[in-house]
Amino acid sequence: MKALVCVKRVIDYNVKIRVKTDKSGVETDNVKMSMNPFDEIAVEEAVRLKENSVISEIVILSIGQDSSQETIRTGLAMGADRGILVKVDDTLLEPLGVGKIIKDICEKENPDMIIMGKQAIDDDCNQTGQIVATLMNYPQATFASELKKNDDGTLNVTREVDGGLETIKVKLPCVVTTDLRLNEPRYASLPNIMKAKQKKIEILDSKDLNLDISPRLEILEVTDPPERKAGVKVADVPNLIDKLKNEAKVI
Amino acid sequence: MKSLVIIEHDGKNIKQTSLSTITAAGKISKEVEVIALGNNISEVVDKLKKTDIISKVNYSDDEFLRFQIAENLSEVITSFLKEKNFSHILLPSSTFGKNLGPKIATTLDVQQISDIIEIFDHETFARPIYAGNAISKVKSKDSLKVITVRPTCFEPCAQNSNVSDEKFEISSNQTRNVEFVDYDQSESDRPELTAAKIVISGGRGMQNGENFKLLEGIADKLGAAMGASRAAVDAGFVPNDWQVGQTGKIVAPDLYIAVGISGAIQHIAGIKDSKFIACINKDEEAPIFNFSDYGLVGDLFEVLPKLENELK
Repeated sequence: MKALVCVKRVIDYNVKIRVKTDKSGVETDNVKMSMNPFDEIAVEEAVRLKENSVISEIVILSIGQDSSQETIRTGLAMGADRGILVKVDDTLLEPLGVGKIIKDICEKENPDMIIMGKQAIDDDCNQTGQIVATLMNYPQATFASELKKNDDGTLNVTREVDGGLETIKVKLPCVVTTDLRLNEPRYASLPNIMKAKQKKIEILDSKDLNLDISPRLEILEVTDPPERKAGVKVADVPNLIDKLKNEAKVI
Repeated sequence: MKSLVIIEHDGKNIKQTSLSTITAAGKISKEVEVIALGNNISEVVDKLKKTDIISKVNYSDDEFLRFQIAENLSEVITSFLKEKNFSHILLPSSTFGKNLGPKIATTLDVQQISDIIEIFDHETFARPIYAGNAISKVKSKDSLKVITVRPTCFEPCAQNSNVSDEKFEISSNQTRNVEFVDYDQSESDRPELTAAKIVISGGRGMQNGENFKLLEGIADKLGAAMGASRAAVDAGFVPNDWQVGQTGKIVAPDLYIAVGISGAIQHIAGIKDSKFIACINKDEEAPIFNFSDYGLVGDLFEVLPKLENELK
């Protein structure tokens, strides 16, 4: 069995982002970049499935610029076998375009399982997994917090939904999107980081795929959110209750 | 222009997220219809017929739709849309809408606009990016628009009307690759997190799940919903659906009380639309104080019992 894990290079989650002064987007020059944390969980899950002999090969796919090779290497150092980078000119590729590229790769690679994070922490769209599942006509198991392979070859996936936990059974091939509680990603060891440098990354150009990935949304401007000002410190509990009752009038 | 809102319900009640989504749809187009799908949902349909803003309740009642499997719902909705001329399809950006919306959009070859917080006109919307640390104003070039709506940014619409309904039969009824297995619903008599007027949340400072009892008495007295930071959920103190923040639930109550929560940007992203924020934390340098209207520096194990006592 083969797993295709899709990873996105994003601004590191610890970085406090800055909106560009011309309002065209968010400053990415000289900013620390990392693998989208949800995608890291996806890589970790694939590696664990391989360690448990559920799958035999892990392919990491990223779509972006040359720099995304570094993100792929991170996945290879965690235990994936090889990588594919699809180069795009436009950094503002939208989820539907991304989904179409992933579909193209799926048709060549024929993975049994496509795993990716439930959302990227930059555009916060939460769409790509669902889009790929729809384009491929594969079942989708979104927001996964537990995966269990059944004897009949199906997969039980527990999903984090608003009211609690839902479990569904899906046939393979399928798309899984990962939520926070699925696992805790490992740190790659130095020997594995060195080994990852020898692993192969195939580089493709999105132009050669002949897909319509032109954007459907026009970004008019990106601005700072309205700021929340710090209020006052209250001395004690009666003071707090007094403020909530008589000033804010919320209790 | 005519909008269609896809209703989220639990088989008996309409989720408040849907009523907020209807309000958003009313700001986009004069005409708004809804579609409800499920099995034995006559109660839901009856309640929907009282809803303001909408002109028609479309619904289908079939075993095929019982477990709200996204594949099944998407198939029925996209086939329903074929003979209609809706300009906008809207869903709440709850886990229900996030799961289903992109399927419908993709089937129609549309780029969904996720989690809108403001409507400028029928094609221009604001949506948060980077956990709400920036706001993106986008214009959609798709002729049909599929949109998920952040429910806390739109008031739930009232229900004092009497609108007509139309049942439709579905053609497909074969379950294919997905099967429902189990639903482990969190039992609670408290209001829902995303709908409550007051929310009280605990963080890592609560130290363990047992200590969340200290918040319960206060929540009871205030009629508040209970939530938690990601740290508290990851540590296993409370169930996952309590999580408030960028990747959990977005809340916007009249009052949010953060107890033992330091205030990571991802948590702030989920609470900053609250009318008032109060916090209790022993570390006076904690970032949460920078976002709170009222901050109390103190040991929560001393403060909480006092607070419960003094609340009438």
